Amino acid sequence: MKFGIVVFPGSNCDRDMQDALQYDLQREVTMLWHKDTALPGFSTDDCIVLPGGFSYGDYLRCGAIARFSPMMQSVIEFAYAGGKVLGVCNGFQILCESGLLPGVLLPNGHQQFACKNVFLVNKNDQSIFKIPIAHGDGRYFANDEVLSTLDQNNQILFHYCNPSGQIDAASNPNGSTNNIAGICNEQRNVFGMMPHPERATNSLLGNMDGLKVFELLGLN
Amino acid sequence: MTDYNVQIKVMLLKDLLDPQGKAVQGSMHSLGLDTVRDVRVGRHITLSIQADSEASARNAAEEACKKLLANPVMEYYEIEMIQ
Repeated sequence: MKFGIVVFPGSNCDRDMQDALQYDLQREVTMLWHKDTALPGFSTDDCIVLPGGFSYGDYLRCGAIARFSPMMQSVIEFAYAGGKVLGVCNGFQILCESGLLPGVLLPNGHQQFACKNVFLVNKNDQSIFKIPIAHGDGRYFANDEVLSTLDQNNQILFHYCNPSGQIDAASNPNGSTNNIAGICNEQRNVFGMMPHPERATNSLLGNMDGLKVFELLGLN
Repeated sequence: MTDYNVQIKVMLLKDLLDPQGKAVQGSMHSLGLDTVRDVRVGRHITLSIQADSEASARNAAEEACKKLLANPVMEYYEIEMIQ
């Protein structure tokens, strides 16, 4: 599996992602400029990553302008063809705005930028990860119908939890509905999450849990 | 073709918490404006559209709102055509 990372004006986690994938996961990585449309040599076995940052200055709504960039039209086609797409933080917001994932990311409920380590649990296998977050607009919201569909189809990848894996209000860093930190689409080829696994893939960073996140998503 | 001036209001859905509005309200209370309640902050967008009728200008504005200016999952919008 090779990776492509889309660089938007205002992306600021693209190089972190490149480092993590290239040096820690030992994968081939191509940087993709937002104004281009070509996905050179990519097949649906590969993965396109939308990195964190503040694409287009978060104008209008986070991710709203990036969604209409030339490269995103190719990424949307790639996703519909079955290719894997991962959006982290601003990338998650772009995936929601583009309709590849349901719901939206609203401003944090407590009116503060949240920058710290949090714990995540995957309800399938009860695996727990410590991963950093850094966002001002991470409050996941969707209507009840969407939420129950996500639940029924097992599309909720990560819930914010306490260190022992309990999903409680005190562990919710932004007011997300049902402590939702990450989801996937019904076809399970498009993944979005607010926490940053690429910031936890190397012992020098003091945290390797990000590697387990990439493994859980099948992106390793 | 005529230029139609359009004013668009975009607000968070009424049931959703608006942290920006809450922060602004807090500041108003700090100013001594204790009676202020229910502050909500939205966006006001002005634009002009060249069209052969008001109806077609309104249609274009509707399309802009639906596809880009507002996200119906979290926001509602109101369009006002200005003479």
